[in-house]
Amino acid sequence: MPTTIHNEAAVAGIGQTAYSKKSGVSELSLATEAVRKAIDDAGLRPSDVDGLVTYTMDSSDEVEVARTVGIGDMTFWSKVNYGGGAAVGLVAHAAMAVATGMAKNVVVYRALNGRSGQRMGQGVSGQIISSDLIHWSWYMPFGLLTPASWIALQAKLYMEKYGATSEHLAHIAITQRMHAQNNPNAAMRGKPMTMDDYMNARMICEPLRLFDCCQEDDGGCALLITSAERAKDMKQKPAVIRAVTQASFEGQEQMTSFYREDLAALPEMELAAKIIYEQSGLGAKDIDAACLYDAFTPEILMQLEAFGFCGKGEAKDFVTADSLTLGGALPNNTHGGLLSEAYLHGVNNLAEGVRLIRGTSCNQPEGVDHVLVTSGVGVPTGAVIFGQV
Amino acid sequence: MNENDKKAFETQLRTFVGRPIGPPMTGRDPVNEPMIRQWCDAMGETHPAYLDAKAAKGTIHGEIKAPPTMLQAWVMEGWEMHEGYDEPKNEQHRLHKFLADHGYTGVLGTNTEENYTRYLRLGEQVTAETVIAEISDEKATGRGIGYFITTRTSFVNEKGEDIGSMSFRVLRYKPPAEAASAGGGAGKDGKSAAVAAKPTRIKPPMGQDNAWWWEKVAKENVLPIQRCTGCGKLRHPPRPMCDACGSQKWDSIAASGRGTIHTFTVIHYPQFPGYDYPIVSIIVDLEEGERMASTLVECKPEQVAIGMPVELLIHTDEDGFKIPFFRPAK
Repeated sequence: MPTTIHNEAAVAGIGQTAYSKKSGVSELSLATEAVRKAIDDAGLRPSDVDGLVTYTMDSSDEVEVARTVGIGDMTFWSKVNYGGGAAVGLVAHAAMAVATGMAKNVVVYRALNGRSGQRMGQGVSGQIISSDLIHWSWYMPFGLLTPASWIALQAKLYMEKYGATSEHLAHIAITQRMHAQNNPNAAMRGKPMTMDDYMNARMICEPLRLFDCCQEDDGGCALLITSAERAKDMKQKPAVIRAVTQASFEGQEQMTSFYREDLAALPEMELAAKIIYEQSGLGAKDIDAACLYDAFTPEILMQLEAFGFCGKGEAKDFVTADSLTLGGALPNNTHGGLLSEAYLHGVNNLAEGVRLIRGTSCNQPEGVDHVLVTSGVGVPTGAVIFGQV
Repeated sequence: MNENDKKAFETQLRTFVGRPIGPPMTGRDPVNEPMIRQWCDAMGETHPAYLDAKAAKGTIHGEIKAPPTMLQAWVMEGWEMHEGYDEPKNEQHRLHKFLADHGYTGVLGTNTEENYTRYLRLGEQVTAETVIAEISDEKATGRGIGYFITTRTSFVNEKGEDIGSMSFRVLRYKPPAEAASAGGGAGKDGKSAAVAAKPTRIKPPMGQDNAWWWEKVAKENVLPIQRCTGCGKLRHPPRPMCDACGSQKWDSIAASGRGTIHTFTVIHYPQFPGYDYPIVSIIVDLEEGERMASTLVECKPEQVAIGMPVELLIHTDEDGFKIPFFRPAK
């Protein structure tokens, strides 16, 4: 029995649908297409899969996916909470299951008609009185109804404290847009962006302008996770899970952790960093590329600091030194990310992390041994390091 | 409006019926391929008869033709039609301004009906003549009381040949708040016409852990802060157990209402009904040491600053809902 998750599991398959603004099909259709493609990618059959993991926010239940895809008996399934914070959690749950023998091959998935169907940021409301709904009651009546508004409160403080400006945010948005130009699946392919384009876009919630905010898309994305041993004999080059954790920090709320001492930091990400570096024996200097969760540009600045790529307040200088570009110190979101590829709630960033290990990214940097991928910012979250066999 | 004013208003309103809105209007450009292409792009129209010269050769027209439903696009005025009715440029503008000046400030397109006589071909020059065809009696609608205005437009080409026609109907109505203040809240039949309530902010869902707080705001005009009666620790937002001593017993104190802005954002988009935008949204450090999310009022967005002293203001919505806001400290 393993006593740590380090090197016990690997991603052996990835699958994704086309990403679009109007899929014209059900979310179950998107989910099953992505799941089936991940299974095919690994060279397995649906009947080889015995576990499924998705988001609590996902509308396609595990058994519906299993029946549709032809997955037979299952011994493990779970759902992970907190929106985009779930992304890495999916991998963590699946890795635990395969490492302990609860399941052999687990597919994790997320599929949503996020543009043509229920969009994010349309406000939170509801009738069932849950602790979560009571939590939102402290914000909804005041008009704090969207992810942009919640993140803006933190971003404003961060920028004021460390002197970060719109130009710094623009660097992140423009770099990822540039990466998307080589990605045939990216929503913003064919639409490169200049500093003027960025600055002239309308204000959403100060300091966030339109292009500080991610895409909204329809699509599905899935990963097949198996034991590191079995992965070696499968069709693709495995992305070994060096380390993975979920992370929620003291005083954590879902998007509204406004009550901590320092709002200009992400202590849950610092916690995740500490754990995955300990698990893997690696440090920031060992990470060759990253897919940092990027629903909003300021999240990148704060994560760069949380994971030790630069000191507190130094991320603005880190990004203006072109560090996040292909030739930079930390190529980041080489597929365009949530900002410019698609908003698949972070699972598409995990898929890119796997491609970077395989060497098949549309913007493949040389010599990638370790990739850091994170999930949602401002929520209970998680981080994973993928590595070579 | 008293009865006589109303009669005079109605009489003047009727004089608009039958009037052309102005001289016939000729499109700025003849029927042309680029406009057809852009319109098709915008509408998601992909039929090759409109877009592909080669494919169009095989049709009975032998060349690209315009989609019939594009009819009105050929004579649209462009952006200037959106400039409002402050300086009416034609009879239609005058009619709308007349109604708006009498409190019928709401406008809602209700339906349109178009007839197409034949396809338009490249190079044809479209001219439209529009007449104010009908004005309904005053109606009570879900939006408020108002008048349905129907205009009829006939479209001809440069030779005066009939191409098609359109009737277009809009509702010009008094939003309920205006209906009340203008004293015109009753329809012809005497029933209240202010059917649709004005949208309000999203109310907090009330559960056992938070309802008491909102009730205190409403009844006592205070900003309550929950206090553990075991160890005295304050906590906001309220929760059912003290995280310091584990006590489930609590009461509350009334905050002094003084605080400073810890951080803020100005919310521009998206805009939800029931809120006034832009919203200056703030996180306040209360004097008592707790922090809360609220809204800053009586302050221009460009004057907000982190560290700014603020004071409590219990705001009351039109529907009577009370909510603790802040304003710059006096």
